[in-house]
Amino acid sequence: MNRPLRRLSAVVAVLFVALFASTTWIQYFQADSLNARPGNSRQLYAELGRDRGSLIVAGQAVASSSPVDDPYAFQRQYAAGPVYAPVTGYYSIRYGTSMLERSENDVLAGTSDRLFYRQLSDLLTGEKPRGASVDLTLDPAAQQAAYDALDGRKGAVVALDPATGDVLAMVSSPSYDPNALASHDTKAVQQQWNALLADDDDPLTNRAIAGDLYPPGSTFKLVTAAAALETGNYEESTLLDGPAELDLPQTSATLGNDEGTACGPNDQVSLIDALRISCNTAFASLGMKLGADALRSQAEKFGFGQDLSVPMRVTPSTFPADPNEPQTAQSAIGQFDVRVTPLQVAMFSAAIANGGVLMKPNLVRDVRAGDDLSVIETPAPQEIGRAVSASTASTLTDMMKAVVARGTGTRAQIDGVEVAGKTGTAQHGAGLPPYAWFTSFATKGDRAVAVAVVIEDGGTVDSAYGGRLAAPVAKQVMEAALGG
Amino acid sequence: MATVTPVYPATRRNTELALLVMAVVVATGAWAVVGLTEDGRLPPGLALYGGGLAGLAVLLHLVLRWKAAYADPVLLPVATLLNGLGLVVIHRLDLSSSRTDQAPRQLLWTAIGVVAAGAVLWLLRDHRVLRRYTFTAMVAGLVLLLLPLLPGIGRTINGARIWIGIGPLSFQPGELAKIVLAVFFAGYLVVHRDALSLTGPKLLFLRLPRARDLGPILVAWLASVGVLVLQRDLGTSLLFFGLFVAVLYVATERVSWIVLGLLLFVAGAVLAATTFSHVQERVAIWLHPFAPDNADQSYQLVQGLYGMANGGLLGTGLDRGRPDIVPFANSDFIYSSIGEELGLVGLFAVLLLYGVLVERGLRTAIAVRDGFGKLLAAGLAFSVTLQVFVVVGGVTRIIPLTGLTMPFLAAGGSSLVSNWIVVGLLLRISDLARRPAPEVRNGPGDTGVTQAVRIP
Repeated sequence: MNRPLRRLSAVVAVLFVALFASTTWIQYFQADSLNARPGNSRQLYAELGRDRGSLIVAGQAVASSSPVDDPYAFQRQYAAGPVYAPVTGYYSIRYGTSMLERSENDVLAGTSDRLFYRQLSDLLTGEKPRGASVDLTLDPAAQQAAYDALDGRKGAVVALDPATGDVLAMVSSPSYDPNALASHDTKAVQQQWNALLADDDDPLTNRAIAGDLYPPGSTFKLVTAAAALETGNYEESTLLDGPAELDLPQTSATLGNDEGTACGPNDQVSLIDALRISCNTAFASLGMKLGADALRSQAEKFGFGQDLSVPMRVTPSTFPADPNEPQTAQSAIGQFDVRVTPLQVAMFSAAIANGGVLMKPNLVRDVRAGDDLSVIETPAPQEIGRAVSASTASTLTDMMKAVVARGTGTRAQIDGVEVAGKTGTAQHGAGLPPYAWFTSFATKGDRAVAVAVVIEDGGTVDSAYGGRLAAPVAKQVMEAALGG
Repeated sequence: MATVTPVYPATRRNTELALLVMAVVVATGAWAVVGLTEDGRLPPGLALYGGGLAGLAVLLHLVLRWKAAYADPVLLPVATLLNGLGLVVIHRLDLSSSRTDQAPRQLLWTAIGVVAAGAVLWLLRDHRVLRRYTFTAMVAGLVLLLLPLLPGIGRTINGARIWIGIGPLSFQPGELAKIVLAVFFAGYLVVHRDALSLTGPKLLFLRLPRARDLGPILVAWLASVGVLVLQRDLGTSLLFFGLFVAVLYVATERVSWIVLGLLLFVAGAVLAATTFSHVQERVAIWLHPFAPDNADQSYQLVQGLYGMANGGLLGTGLDRGRPDIVPFANSDFIYSSIGEELGLVGLFAVLLLYGVLVERGLRTAIAVRDGFGKLLAAGLAFSVTLQVFVVVGGVTRIIPLTGLTMPFLAAGGSSLVSNWIVVGLLLRISDLARRPAPEVRNGPGDTGVTQAVRIP
């Protein structure tokens, strides 16, 4: 029986080698990535007893830590929790962190290398290490207006400062109260977490940047129009084919206008009018003429496919890889497989408003530390690149102003301010209510704002749908951002 | 004068004593470190703990000197060090938990375990005596396995019905069943090995056993599945079946038994994974521990992984990490607790200690001359291997997590006592394996041994 015993010893050796290997894998090779996982609250435990920095909006803390008499020493609190939750995220001892609480964690916790010299002086003076605070670019009036205007309907709003890329408002709805997840009552937190996970409306998701991507619908016509103007062969009065129904090549299918009528006399319509009344057939045939590559390249100049962090990561928007002609026609009006984030749609308007130059969206105004909250770091506005030429931007501005003045977007008009905008109604499946879109920008004095609004549910298919539901929301946000 | 001077092999009891001193020093030193880190002074329980561990180890050492002088000198020190290290980690976790009585309880159970091992060595002069009780062992094993199912004394703790409780005490009879079943397997297979190694039809390069000999392995398989279904205990089920197949292979030298065993195991695993929700859940959290939907079920596993990652190469140092975040950090997940505070280095040391323990057991199996002893020693050694593999493999995600305990380390009386009995049995078998044949000692010739008897 000694031969099988020796073999059994070999099996035992193999089993032990596997254990050595798996242990090494976790404790050595995987250690860094495990330590960096969002749900890993050990980092939080290491920071316990530390005064975590605040997230500040216009001088008021929207997330702050205050001392409490329990083992955790500090309790994280969110003033106006649900309004800012899509931006602040949560700081939960059981479930980790999200959004800015996560992406700015090293600054808030005071472990960032950027704070090294300050920490060094704290060490020398014997002060307890403290986290730094992050001052946000948000405009509280615009943020509140967006939250109130959505009024719990599923959707998102993003407002940008076109000249700097500063995010003035970022709302995702329905939202949640991060205070409930930051509680130190584990049972209650667990219950809350499970309820949020079970909610079909995904309140934990920030729809503005990281939800399921949306088809942009007619707001994408801005990109198609931009691609056309950039060729130099088109101007706003150029006539396009705008029949009631467009025969799609290679298929028996047709693509029609929502009203079922032609967009102009003799089935012809000018570029500016096509955008003003959101003529599907005109833009579909224009898209086929320009070709998928031209559309994609223009979309990329507006930010498609970019891995942005604001500093939370933004899901890149996508244009279909290799569409055939009918698919290109549908893509040109923002259907088929074109998918965007609301932030991306706001970037359309922002780039056009900024004379064609696209700025990188950003939520952090500066980092502050110490008792006096003195500024220790201010990120400079960054340019992503030129999306369109200055003249194309100015033509697009004229066309978008026409949309609001006498087209599908009249509900976004503001007294005394010229508003430029574009509606969108995106189908995403037979029988489902379409998504209502509106994107716009306006300037008043030295203030400027570009907005995108998406509302997911309600209503029936109607070309003015985006104009009816989403435009009033955009209007309220713009008014708030422009200072009434 | 005598012309033949018999050569006695060294008993190596002094080696054992030296190793024991080292084991006790390391464990006591670790206990002192916990106290020094916690509040900067030597902990008050140091004398009780260090002295207790040393006293128990020396007690067993003396029993060995007297009753089993030729026993393997490494087994006892290794078991003592593992037991001592477990006590340190349990004590350290007591400090950051609301339940603070776990370490004293574990010390008490250590005493009971050591006394049980001593009793085995004292009362059982020759392990071959156990062979007479082969079928008693079978009945005892089944009864022990079924006890938790009895209404009244059976208890379900954390989803598994593997406990019995009398008053405030609870015990896992399955731990003891492991030993008596190893006795039964060895006794049964040493008798039936010839029949079971006869071959039947040939399939490819494999000689299959005869169909009529399939009975025992099917019974063992059904019993394992029964444990899984009735007691919802994946680990115990795996342990019994693995143990049976290993001993069966050693007894018959037929690879076909292993293949057959693996096939039955896979069939059972697939059956369980498709039928039982508790198994499905285990598999789901094994494959996707970080999925948000699994967050609550996989909490323990994930926190264990985070703890190990936090430990890294060298660990945070005793009492400097947060192993207490992990549920059951002092029993099911004591491995990750050690990983967090003593690092990869500490875990390697622990695995090596288990490796040495098992190697000594298998070496004993090879050295001992009787078939029953071989099978019993191999079975006991392999059961320790399986248990370590199932626990550590579960914690480090080689296999789904199951409910077994780390031998000697984990908090829990039943496990500790059973494992000390296992060591007692291995010591007894190793003593017989190395002891010179009695004929030499009492042979003809006027040797010093007989003269010594005459002097009063």
